[in-house]
Amino acid sequence: MSKYTEDDLREELKTKEYEYGFYTDIESEKFPNGVNEDIVRAISKKKNEPEWMTEWRLEAFRVWLKMEEPEWANVHYKKPSFQDISYYSAPKKKPKLNSLDEVDPEMLATFEKLGISLLEQKRLANVAIDIVMDSVSVATTFKETLAEKGIIFMPISEAIQEHPELVKKYIGSVVPTTDNFYAALNSAVFSDGSFCYIPKGVRCPMELSTYFRINESGTGQFERTLVVADKGSYVSYLEGCTAPQRDENQLHAAVVELIALDDAEIKYSTVQNWFPGDAEGKGGVFNFVTKRGICENNAKISWTQVETGSAVTWKYPSCILKGNNSVGEFYSIAVTNNYQQADTGTKMIHLGKNTKSTIISKGISAGKSQNSYRGLVQIGSRAENARNFSQCDSLLMGNECGAHTFPYIETKNKSAQIEHEATTSKIGEDQLFYCNQRGIDTEKAIALIVNGFSKEVLNKLPMEFAVEAQKLLEISLEGSVG
Amino acid sequence: MLKIENLHAQIEDKSILKGLNLEVKAGEIHAIMGPNGAGKSTLASVIAGKEEYEVTSGLIELNGEDINELAPEERAHAGVFLSFQYPVEIPGVTVTNFVKTSINESRKAQGLEDMPAKEMLQKIREKSELLEIDRKFLSRSLNEGFSGGEKKRNEIFQMAMLEPKLAILDETDSGLDIDALRIVANGVNKLKSKDNAVIVITHYQRLLNYITPDFVHVLHDGKIVKTGDASLALELEAKGYDWIKEEVNS
Ligand SMILES: Nc1ncnc2c1ncn2[C@@H]1O[C@H](COP(=O)(O)OP(=O)(O)O)[C@@H](O)[C@H]1O
Ligand SMILES: [Mg+2]
Repeated sequence: MSKYTEDDLREELKTKEYEYGFYTDIESEKFPNGVNEDIVRAISKKKNEPEWMTEWRLEAFRVWLKMEEPEWANVHYKKPSFQDISYYSAPKKKPKLNSLDEVDPEMLATFEKLGISLLEQKRLANVAIDIVMDSVSVATTFKETLAEKGIIFMPISEAIQEHPELVKKYIGSVVPTTDNFYAALNSAVFSDGSFCYIPKGVRCPMELSTYFRINESGTGQFERTLVVADKGSYVSYLEGCTAPQRDENQLHAAVVELIALDDAEIKYSTVQNWFPGDAEGKGGVFNFVTKRGICENNAKISWTQVETGSAVTWKYPSCILKGNNSVGEFYSIAVTNNYQQADTGTKMIHLGKNTKSTIISKGISAGKSQNSYRGLVQIGSRAENARNFSQCDSLLMGNECGAHTFPYIETKNKSAQIEHEATTSKIGEDQLFYCNQRGIDTEKAIALIVNGFSKEVLNKLPMEFAVEAQKLLEISLEGSVG
Repeated sequence: MLKIENLHAQIEDKSILKGLNLEVKAGEIHAIMGPNGAGKSTLASVIAGKEEYEVTSGLIELNGEDINELAPEERAHAGVFLSFQYPVEIPGVTVTNFVKTSINESRKAQGLEDMPAKEMLQKIREKSELLEIDRKFLSRSLNEGFSGGEKKRNEIFQMAMLEPKLAILDETDSGLDIDALRIVANGVNKLKSKDNAVIVITHYQRLLNYITPDFVHVLHDGKIVKTGDASLALELEAKGYDWIKEEVNS
């Protein structure tokens, strides 16, 4: 790895880019709209899946049929019609780009602003990128370097073929098919996603990274991610999203499962930037995600997320602290602007002794948006000396947005120590004038204040990701005060 | 440098400045004194362009240019600096980051590149030494948890970094103990040149022992009612403001 330079990377990705790049006009093979057992079977068949996988999907589908969409979240939207969605679309042929002109200019502009424009996108020498385009993974890089260490990092559809024993053992072990409405649907129809396995005692030498993207209008995106860190191993996993502008609402219901065995550590960082809808609240992605990790003895899982996109976000990355001395962390920045709605937070389930969890949530609301933090800290009866610290800060911009905090605490063990702090502040005229007086215009001043507010979380992101996230915050709040 | 003629300004229909005249030339130090509520901070805010204040009539010129229509940041780019009476907190933004942003935004407005990091660091070192500021202080969040004295010293540090043409110090002396006062005054004196000007707003004569003004003005009820040299400050210290009020009213 050490010999692999940034130039090599750039070179490799330049070719990859043109082969697989962000191309909007891909002829895709698409299933008819709607979902039933035949569709589920067809998806499984398309992927050439073994019998057990097909059965697993069908079981999930049967459960899903009996479930109802949850309504408890503080979000309001026109429910997607699940029979109007096509559950499978795969690029038929590899797209060929003749020039950059063929790329959605809106998207190019966003990439440029983020500093991940097509040309330099491939940026970071130590990031392997597994680009998921629509529902099928079309590019995987760095496979060999990883293979040397015995690390498996591949589309989950391939993993089902090549490492069925691992997938079978762990899939659904943290998020069971019966877990919730969206997780059940995902289990039935997921088309692809990523699989990652770090062997015992191995430290993954690079940040593993996946770019998700919705490409086909009206195609639901059901990604499935499974990360297994074997005993004493370490991995940092990055997930980032961009989506092109859409008129129709697009459903995204991913499931992410993390398994940290004894003494293992998983860092999972997300920058989520799905299309949030236009200034009137039209269009935009519905993001209903189930993310959960389980920690065995002395294991640690950290979720760090920067959420700026989506029309509606419903997402609670959680940790089950099953092993003794295990540690769960949740660091989150959620930005809502215009008509966006976010209901996000975490669950920390303390089961083992001396388990520790930290929750830092930063909500930023602008425009007419609604931003809710919902968190559960649960201490089981056998979790002696469990500790939790939660801090939820809200920053409001203007008078038409809302910030809400719903902390739930359930303790069945008296030795638990739980601390909760919450603040709400507003960007004041006086702060803006102070910055203006120092030559900093209002737009830049807001960015500065917001970055300061979010700092504790931004600091948790891998360096390069943090820079990108910072820019994303600025873009998301552009024109929100004036 | 600064010329103010017959300035009237109000906030929320309450008129505060009522026909104020003031001329400050390059190389000069002016002191503005006056009782609480006279309108001193209002004058400073109006010069700096705070939008809540409405200028109803009169003229403010900076280097011969009417600045009434300029945004506060544009005035800052033109060299106006205000040391606030009550500096605000910006959590999570370090003093260094803030000053760096401030300098680079001004440079950008002048079509210059960002200041090279090396130069920036050197300048920070130099100015923090001048003002006897511990460099650890610069890594703290701007004004968050600062003592009154630290806030004021930080204002002067920013002034030293930005090297403004016209600096307005609004009660920078209040909250400073005698040592800090000396350090701050020394800093201001060092930065003073024939090309820039300083307006010192103060309640007390104390600061003027260290910063010698060329002119002392008394602001009362929205107008400058008396102007003199440094000795006027001593007289005010001895006799208070009542005699001036009487003079005005008679
Ligand atoms: N934001 C405001 N709203 C209403 N009145 C104000 C405001 N700011 C200042 N004033 C009033 O204007 C007058 C002058 O205030 P100020 O300029 O702060 O005086 P000084 O700095 O000389 O003590 C005072 O009567 C004060 O109450
Ligand atoms: Mg005042």
